Amino acid sequence: MSEKNKDPEKEKRKIKSVKQMKDIMTAYYIDAKTAEETGKKVAWITSGGPVEPLIAMDVIPVYPENHGAMIGASKMGVDLCEKAEEMGYSRDLCSYAMADIACATVNGGPIGGLPKPDMLVCSTNICGTVLKWYEIQARYFQVPLFILDTPFCHTEFSEEARQYVRKQFDEYTQFLEAGCGKSFEYDRLQAVGKCSLEGQRLWQAVLDTCTHKPAPMSAFDAFFHLALIVTLRGKQVTVDYYEALLAEMNQRINDQISAVPNERIRLLWDNIPVWYRTRWLSDKFASFNACLVADTYTSAWCAATKYIDEANYLDSMAESYTRIYLNIGVDEMAKSVLQMIDKYDVDGFVMHSNRSCKPYSLGQYDIQTIVQKERGIPTVILEADMVDERKFSQSQIETRIDAFMEML
Amino acid sequence: MITVGIDVGSITAKAAVVEDDQLKTVEVQPSGYDSQKAAGSVFDAVLDRLKMKRDHLQAVVATGYGRRNVSFADRVVTEITCHAKGAHFIDATIRSVIDIGGQDSKVIRLNENGKVLDFAMNDKCAAGTGRFLEVMARALEIDLARFGSMSLQAKAPASISSMCTVFAESEVISLISRGERRENIVAGIHDAIAARVVSMAKRVKIEAPVMMTGGVAKNSGLVRALENRLNHKICIADTAQTMGAIGAALL
Repeated sequence: MSEKNKDPEKEKRKIKSVKQMKDIMTAYYIDAKTAEETGKKVAWITSGGPVEPLIAMDVIPVYPENHGAMIGASKMGVDLCEKAEEMGYSRDLCSYAMADIACATVNGGPIGGLPKPDMLVCSTNICGTVLKWYEIQARYFQVPLFILDTPFCHTEFSEEARQYVRKQFDEYTQFLEAGCGKSFEYDRLQAVGKCSLEGQRLWQAVLDTCTHKPAPMSAFDAFFHLALIVTLRGKQVTVDYYEALLAEMNQRINDQISAVPNERIRLLWDNIPVWYRTRWLSDKFASFNACLVADTYTSAWCAATKYIDEANYLDSMAESYTRIYLNIGVDEMAKSVLQMIDKYDVDGFVMHSNRSCKPYSLGQYDIQTIVQKERGIPTVILEADMVDERKFSQSQIETRIDAFMEML
Repeated sequence: MITVGIDVGSITAKAAVVEDDQLKTVEVQPSGYDSQKAAGSVFDAVLDRLKMKRDHLQAVVATGYGRRNVSFADRVVTEITCHAKGAHFIDATIRSVIDIGGQDSKVIRLNENGKVLDFAMNDKCAAGTGRFLEVMARALEIDLARFGSMSLQAKAPASISSMCTVFAESEVISLISRGERRENIVAGIHDAIAARVVSMAKRVKIEAPVMMTGGVAKNSGLVRALENRLNHKICIADTAQTMGAIGAALL
């Protein structure tokens, strides 16, 4: 489409900060891929892993899961999953893990593969798969692996659990000292923690703008803008970016620019996005004048702020990294969903039953029942996968979405 | 006011004509490869029969998997909404619909106005659908129309444990070679489908009265198997197979 033919309405509706995010992420990955030349260390870390100590030690954090999302969005997931199956891995495994394990051997994916890690950091707070996945990569790359084992919190965080996890943070700092060849920078961690908390609060504020009717952005936009709080949490660039994004959202509210032009129906999304179909899903819902105004996935990156103690950052990390959305009982998850339904005043609930992610998908039927009972709003379950397109049947999904929207 | 509903399914295309809330006629034909052509064919058939033309019609509504291929339709609506509407039209006391079609099965819960409250679909696997029965009829070399009466004569339904239609076919062939009676095998097939469908029905908290729609409702043996598993009577209308088209016409 030539410049002359660009729809002015559509242009007005585009979020301006997007370009800046792309630049920041490009610079970040270039930095990571040239680390060897610049003498910096690279650590691969799980999405729920404690990144602030890495930042404090000047280690560049790299996220195979974020890379997995990029692989999904670039529609390269199927080839990599097939490669992993040829290597002997079961088709039923998490597609992030499959894609990454295969990718490492062929330097596949949209950016020519991730830079070789100097160390691996794995927290089991999101699932148990990461444990085996990171052990595989530790063997493959022959690098040290640190595991943060976080006990499951059905409803509460016991004192035993707190002490158990806190002790591991001391082991973590020792691990980093050995890996970086210098003493752990406790003062720096305090500052990074403060910056991380500020970033999380700003991200929450950005998401909160969607309580406005109509919402200035949708969950599909949030899936994109999430990248910084995930990968560069604790860095000033993240705080600066979300400040600007928040200002843009407030401006859009002022100028009455919404994500969906005639927002008539407000929906809540559950689970990791279907990365290779975000545009199609967004357009599909928009065709019914429906906007996904909130989701449980992006809000997970600012939900732990209530457990963070700025003055005692290191100590409070034990709780803030254990009590995350995927590490709590289904009753607690349901409570959180009901709160979001009320806060964003949604009319319906869309749940992605993600084949890859058992901690996120197990219990969805129970949460669905609770939502139907407690709020009486229509719900729909879409069975698919976040990265493996072989598990997505467009016609069937379309029928489910159409039927659901006909209920609203 | 005259409206026409077109339901383009995987195995058959259906048309229904409704005039002032009265069902005038229905038509069923095989879908074949070209769903647009099949839709046109059933549409022409009902218009010819009633000696009507397109401009006599208020609206044409299309449903079914092929709904987006019906170029002459004014609107498209999913078969979930249509089956609920159709069932409600036939019997306003109905609160749940079990629809077993050619390539999927669904359970729909509706309210007193025929509006859909919740639904569940088996759209991943043929083992709970009409396709499964077709495959089995071929394997047993029995006319599918006889399946119902045959299974009602069974003394001891065979157990068919395969999850998958294709593997279930192999299982049936080995039952035949072991000398198992055909009625028992057919009853076992019906029971296997019933087990899958009822499990889905319970998930949606199925509520009586229950109506079964879709072409498979003609199979009395399968209806009996469903009733046994659900522990409840199931209503069937003569118009079961065309319920989607009827609902579409009413919308």
